[in-house]
This record gives sequence, structure tokens and C-alpha cells, in this order.
Amino acid sequence: MNKISVDIQNISKSYKDVKALKDISLQINQGELFGLIGPDGAGKTSLIRILTTLLIPDSGIATVEGYDVVKDYKEIRKITGYMAGRFSLYQDLTVEENMNFYATVFGTTIEENYDLVKDIYSHIEPFKKRRAGKLSGGMKQKLALSCALIHRPDILILDEPTTGVDAVSRKEFWEMLMRLKDHSITILVSTPYMDEAELCDRVALIQDGIILSVDTPGNITGNYEGKLLAVRAEDLYQLKKDLAGYEHTLSVYLFGQNLHLTMMEKNSEKDLRSYLKTKGHGELRIDQINPNIEDCFLDLMAGKERNP
Amino acid sequence: MNKETAVIRVRDLVKKFGKFTANDKLCFDVYEGEIFGFLGANGAGKTTALRILCGLSLPTSGEISVAGLDLYSNRERIKKRIGYMSQKFSLYEDLKVYENIRLYAGIYGLSRKEIKQRTDELLETLELEAVRNKRIAELPLGWRQKLAFSVAIIHRPRIVFLDEPTGGVDPITRRQFWDMIYQASRDGITVFVTTHYMDEAEYCDRVCIMEAGRIDAIGTPTELMEEYKAENMDEVFIRIAR
Amino acid sequence: MKRFRGFVIKEFNHILRDFRTLLILFGLPAIQLLIFGYVVSNELKDIHIAIFDQSRDRITRDIANKIISSEYFIFDGYLDNTHEIDEKFREGKIKQVIIFEPGFGENLMREKSADIQLIADASDANTANLVVSYTSAIIQDYMMDLRKNAGAKMQIIPEIRMMYNENMAGAYMFVPGVMALILMIVSALMTSITITREKETGTMETLLVSPLKPIQIVIGKVTPYIILSFFNAVTIVAMGYFVFGLPVQGSLSLLLLECLLFISVALSLGIFISTIVETQQMAMFFSMMILMLPTILLSGFIFPVENMPEVLQWVSHIVPAKYFIIIVKSIMLKGTGMAFVWKETLVLVFMMLFFIGNSVRRFKIRLE
Repeated sequence: MNKISVDIQNISKSYKDVKALKDISLQINQGELFGLIGPDGAGKTSLIRILTTLLIPDSGIATVEGYDVVKDYKEIRKITGYMAGRFSLYQDLTVEENMNFYATVFGTTIEENYDLVKDIYSHIEPFKKRRAGKLSGGMKQKLALSCALIHRPDILILDEPTTGVDAVSRKEFWEMLMRLKDHSITILVSTPYMDEAELCDRVALIQDGIILSVDTPGNITGNYEGKLLAVRAEDLYQLKKDLAGYEHTLSVYLFGQNLHLTMMEKNSEKDLRSYLKTKGHGELRIDQINPNIEDCFLDLMAGKERNP
Repeated sequence: MNKETAVIRVRDLVKKFGKFTANDKLCFDVYEGEIFGFLGANGAGKTTALRILCGLSLPTSGEISVAGLDLYSNRERIKKRIGYMSQKFSLYEDLKVYENIRLYAGIYGLSRKEIKQRTDELLETLELEAVRNKRIAELPLGWRQKLAFSVAIIHRPRIVFLDEPTGGVDPITRRQFWDMIYQASRDGITVFVTTHYMDEAEYCDRVCIMEAGRIDAIGTPTELMEEYKAENMDEVFIRIAR
Repeated sequence: MKRFRGFVIKEFNHILRDFRTLLILFGLPAIQLLIFGYVVSNELKDIHIAIFDQSRDRITRDIANKIISSEYFIFDGYLDNTHEIDEKFREGKIKQVIIFEPGFGENLMREKSADIQLIADASDANTANLVVSYTSAIIQDYMMDLRKNAGAKMQIIPEIRMMYNENMAGAYMFVPGVMALILMIVSALMTSITITREKETGTMETLLVSPLKPIQIVIGKVTPYIILSFFNAVTIVAMGYFVFGLPVQGSLSLLLLECLLFISVALSLGIFISTIVETQQMAMFFSMMILMLPTILLSGFIFPVENMPEVLQWVSHIVPAKYFIIIVKSIMLKGTGMAFVWKETLVLVFMMLFFIGNSVRRFKIRLE
């Protein structure tokens, strides 16, 4: 049922002595909103640049809509909408001029594909005479997305579109991406924000050039092994120290005003409570919770470090 | 935290670049020993305000004191009492780890004996003794960030300013970094930190949310979440903006 | 074609909105105007001269009177010997000494020919030129009258000597040099900067991931600069002609064609630089180092190539401006045609092909 849009087979890429991508394989289905989630330096941008034909992999094969990223780069460039890390807008051109320019580059006009970009472009159209450099981060992001969509691409590739943008614009941006799915465009988006993973159809968690896991967000959190506890007390910092020193602790991480704790199997909550009581913690609360993507990422990372 | 002593006092801080107002009448206090978070998107004016407080740029107007000193007349003395770490990372990549530490310690006038002692201490705490003689360029991003922070407080300043210290860092390193921030705060150093990760806001004692050059809200994370009936800081932010 | 037009329009927008670019594009010719205005003037007034008359006959007196009574000169007296000539020049007050040979009048009458020597202080080359040509004109004038009256064929041969600056490096020589420099800066520096700017801001990345071919990107980017550079070249020539009366002795269309060729060489060099460097700063540095300095120092613009050490003479062979200056001098000042500049023209054509070829070969269709 699922037709494959992007097929990545055993891709590796190094810069001098730094291995950016280590033997990565990955498939993205047509019409899917796919997230590439990982911190800076994980290899997101390298992978995206290989798919957008800007870099050549050292080894491995990758195809986009059946075209080889090395051999058929010209074909890929025709069907790809790409929004680079820094939005790549012409700051000294107006909103409208940027749009017109990218439209002519792809041999089309704003009018021709207006229905596709309308949902996004209408937000910034009132400012079409304003120079791109004078827009807020959120508006720049919308303009860059409109420019990337203007030629009705089959696949949209976005490199960290939400980095440094305010929370409201981030939210709006994701809502736009969801609506774009109705136009059956395949969307690949990279982000360092773990919480954005839950908005994707499927995600790949990437760290140090290795893919930790590829699945739907639900399956990733569902596959989390072991019990996760949220623990909080008056003195969070002391609590963390005490939990780190607790003999049954497997991992303990700070999450907002809670600590997320995993323990060796045998131990029970009751023992934990009494241990913390002896340490003199007041206002103690322990709840069992469902893990989120960040919990899974931390778990997978720690797992990699334990058995590399 | 000592609510009596304000180590940073800002009244009606205004900073303009030509016609553009980057900071519009900011007013706030930062208390001794607290972790004070400065939140907002890129371009909200966080970095501008932080640079003024560090003495890196002059405000257009406003009454400001840092570490008990008036900003206008004591910029040089203030610099000795504060530490600073920028998002564009302040260590020299082509120098070795211990050379960087020695350099910064020397800049802040530590004696030779103190430099040696604190370098050893620092490397031990960070478990970086093994890479003492490696160049910064060879270290992973997360290690560098932690080292940069330790170097920023090597002269035991009263306040340390951190500008987006965790941007793009992996989740484990981010948490280790926050452990270090907590430790510094326990040791009596006031921490002034800017970030756009809203979950990090919850690690702060108090936060201040900026948007378009103005302060929209200020308080402890719990207070703000109650006030805006939100479950986390992300929601607080969205409620404020809308 | 529509893509190309869109690209050019965008590029013009960049140029028109960037104050610094505009300043370089149009400020430079204005600065040049000032330089011209300072060194070039075609008005001659109150020039001090002296006369060394070794004949002292009626004709020499007539000629002297005619010269002295013209509005251009102030007569500082007769000299008595050749030593005084040097002295007077060294004092710096007089700009010209006129020397009549002994027995001038007699020679003219008997042998129908006499010698007169005009020595000018050429440290100000432009003035010296004018002084000498005005004086010659007055003498010619006198001869015409004399011939009419005497009805005989007679001639006075003025022998001209320039003191202090034998090869006349002056304002006239300055024009081709400045022209070469301006076209080089505008074309090469600006193109290399405009391309590297797109690399720096990341927009090049987006252009690469589009169906545009590299050649389309490059041509789209340089077209506005060809137009603007050509406009500058025309302005310089026109300004020289209309404002300062610097004539174009040879074919104007040939001159403009050669300008276009030189602009193309400079543009292809600019593109070539942009394929080597990644940042605007590096582009600027490269342009300064490998384009501007040699254009000023090694092209014969200021220092004659023949007087350079041999090594530098060799280096000067690869400076495009050298050939352009030779071409412009020939066409503008000597009035020669293609027959005399074909070799230099050919060299420039080869240079252009070389740089374009290498740029196309080096232009990256990817990011590495």
C-alpha cells in the first residue's frame, strides 16, 4: 500500500576525520510527514543535503521518487522543495519579490499554484511590500515555506524550520505542515526539538550519525521498556543527587519540575518512598507516567553508550 | 536564594538601534544565588539585554546596577565580578584544554598557584583529565559546552551570564549542563541564563518572558503556570502570545 | 528566457538597494571626475616664459613679440647663455624657453628654413603639452603671414624638448589607467562578491536545489554588471571628451568594443575567484591582492613597464590591464586601428576564454 518516496541504503559520509553518517538506512513513504529528530551534530543536515543532491555520500545508495541522488540530481532538483537551515531568503528583496523570484526560477508563477500556498502565504500577504529582512522569525519561516512550495513539489524537505522561532509560530507552522498532507506531498522535516516528534507520522531518532530508532511516535513510546516514574520534591536538586546515589536507580533525568526515574526491575515504589523519606525529602510525589519521545531518546542514547 | 539582596537591578532599561527598539523599558531584579531564566524567541531582545548587563554594550537609557555597582560608572569593575558564556562558544579551538583554562584564569588575575589548583579541580570534576592536552577542536560539542561553562566561573564570579548555552545540544548533555548550573547556584553564584527551550524554563527559580523587546511576564514557573492555567511553560508562552 | 529576466530583475534590485554597491558603481566615476578636474585643464593663462635669442634679428623679434603679446604668456626676459636656461627652469618659475638658432632670420631668407627650439617643463605634462602646442601654433601663424607676403616657400622647424618628464606620463596617460582600474573593480570585485554573498547567506543552496543550471545562475548574476560596467566605460569616455576635451583619435566603436572585451575578462575573473573562495571577505581580499594591486602597479598605469625589474616585467605579462591600457592608449591617443592592437586584443580574448573555461569546470553543482 505504501509507496516509497525516499529510499536510503547504507549511506555513510565523513568530513576529514569526522564521521557524520554511519551506514544509515531508512525509507520514507509517499505522502508521509516524516521527522528526523536529533541534536546538533547528529548528522541531520548531512543526510538532508545528500537527499537534496547537495552532497555526495561516501558510500551507499539513496533515491528520491526513484531518482538516484548522485546520477539523477537534475530530476530530483525539479521535484524537490527545499527550505535550508537559515531560511535562505533574500533579505533585501520584498516578500512578493522573493516569491516571484523563486516562482520564475522554477518556471512558474504565484498565480498558477496559489491554491497550494494560499493557506500559508495569506498570513504574510498583507506585508508583501515589506523586505524579508524586516520580518519576524515566524513570518520569515512562513515566507521560506511558501517559496519552497511555489512550484508544487512532490517532496518537501525542511532543515530545522522551527529552530529559534517563537512557540506560537512553531505551533502554527506544524499545523500548516499537517494541512499540506492533504495535497499528498511527502514531507521530510528535521528538528532538534523532541516534543515536535509527536506531530509526525513517523520519526527517525538520530544521534552521532546513527539512527537509534525509526517508527511512529506512538510505537516508539509504546516500545519503551520498563516503568517510568515521575518524582518530585521540594528540593529537586538534592532529590536528584539522592536518586543518583540510590542503588536501584537505572537512570534519572530532569524533566521540567519533575525527575524521570527508571529503576532495576525488582525494586518497588514503596522501597523508593522510604529511601527518600530517610533522606528527609518533603512534599514528595511519585507517579507512574507514560514516557514521551525525549524519555525514549535518552533511553536509546544511554543504551548505545552501555553497549556500543 | 536571598530575596533581600538584588544582585542585578534594572529600571526602565531602553536600548535602541536607530529606529528599532530592542529593549523597551525593562524592569526586573535578580536575587542573590537564584537561577534567573530569560526566555523568548530569536529577536525578542534577550541577547541585547544580556550584553548590556555584561557591560558589552551601553543602554540608551535606564537605571542599572550589577553586582552592587552602577553600570555606567563601573563597567570595568563589574567585568571582574561576573562570568560570561556566549552561544557562540567562547573557547579557542586551536588551543589545548589546559591552555584555555590557564588563559582565562590569567585574564581574571588568578595567581599561578590558584590557576594550577583550580585547573586540576576543574578537570577532575568534569572528568576531563584524559583530554587535558587535546585541542578544543577535537572535543565533542557537549564537552566543550561544559568546559566553557566551568571556565566562565573559574574566577568564582558573583554572577554568571549564559547566552543560550544549550542550543542544539543533545538531551543528555543538556541535563548534565543543568546539573552544573545547579551546582554553581548552590555555591552561591547567581545564574542569569537565556534560552528558548521552554522545558528548561521550569528548571529556573524565576523566569522572565520577553517578546518584541518587552517583558510579558515574570515570576516563578509554578506561579506563571497557575496564573495562565497551563500545564507547562510552553503553554504559558502560547497563552501569553495569543 | 523568463527565468533569465526574473533573475536579472532580482539582481538589479540587490544592486539598487545596497548603498555600498551603488557607491562603488557610481561613486567611483565621480571621484574620477575630480581627479580629471584636478590634473586636466585645457585653459592656458599667464604662463611664464623666457627667450634665448641667439640671432636678434628682425624676424626673431617679430616672432617673439607675437608670442609675448598673446594672452597666454608672461614674458620674463631674454636669456644670455645656455646655463641660464637650466637655472631658470630649476627656479621653477618659467614653464617654457624658446631658443632661436644663431642667424635665424638669415637662414630663413636664404635657405628657406630655420630652427627654433621649444623647451617645456613637463613635470606638469598636460600644461607642457598645451604650452608647446600653443607656441607652435603662433609660430605657424606667423609663417603663414610671412609666406603670403614673401610668396616663397619657407619653413620654421620647431624642435620640442620636454624637461623632467621625457616620456610624458601625465593626465592623458592617466585616463586609460583609471578606466582599466574602474572596470576591473566594478566587474571583477563586484561579481565575486555578489556570488559569494549568496553562498554566505545560504541562498545559493536553494538555487542549487532548483532546476537552474550553473551557467544560468552565473549569467543571470553577471548580466547587470556587464550593463553597468559598460555604462561606466561610456561615461568615462564621454566625460573625457565633453568635459575635458580629451579626444578619441581613433574609432569610437572599436574603443567601446575593446572596453566590452575587457569588462568580460574582468567578469570572468570575478566568477573564477568566486569559485575558489567561500566568503565575501575572502573574495574582497583576493580581488584586492590579485586584481587591484597589479592593475595599479604592474600595468604601466603609473610606472612604465620598461623601467621595472625583469621579474616584474614578466609578471606584468599576465596582468590583463596592461594589454587594455596599451589598446586604449593606441586608440584614444594615437588614433590607430585594429591593425595595431590585434595582438593585445587576442591576448585578452584568450584570457577571457581561459577564465570562463576554468570557472565552468570549477563551478560546483553541489556544496563540496
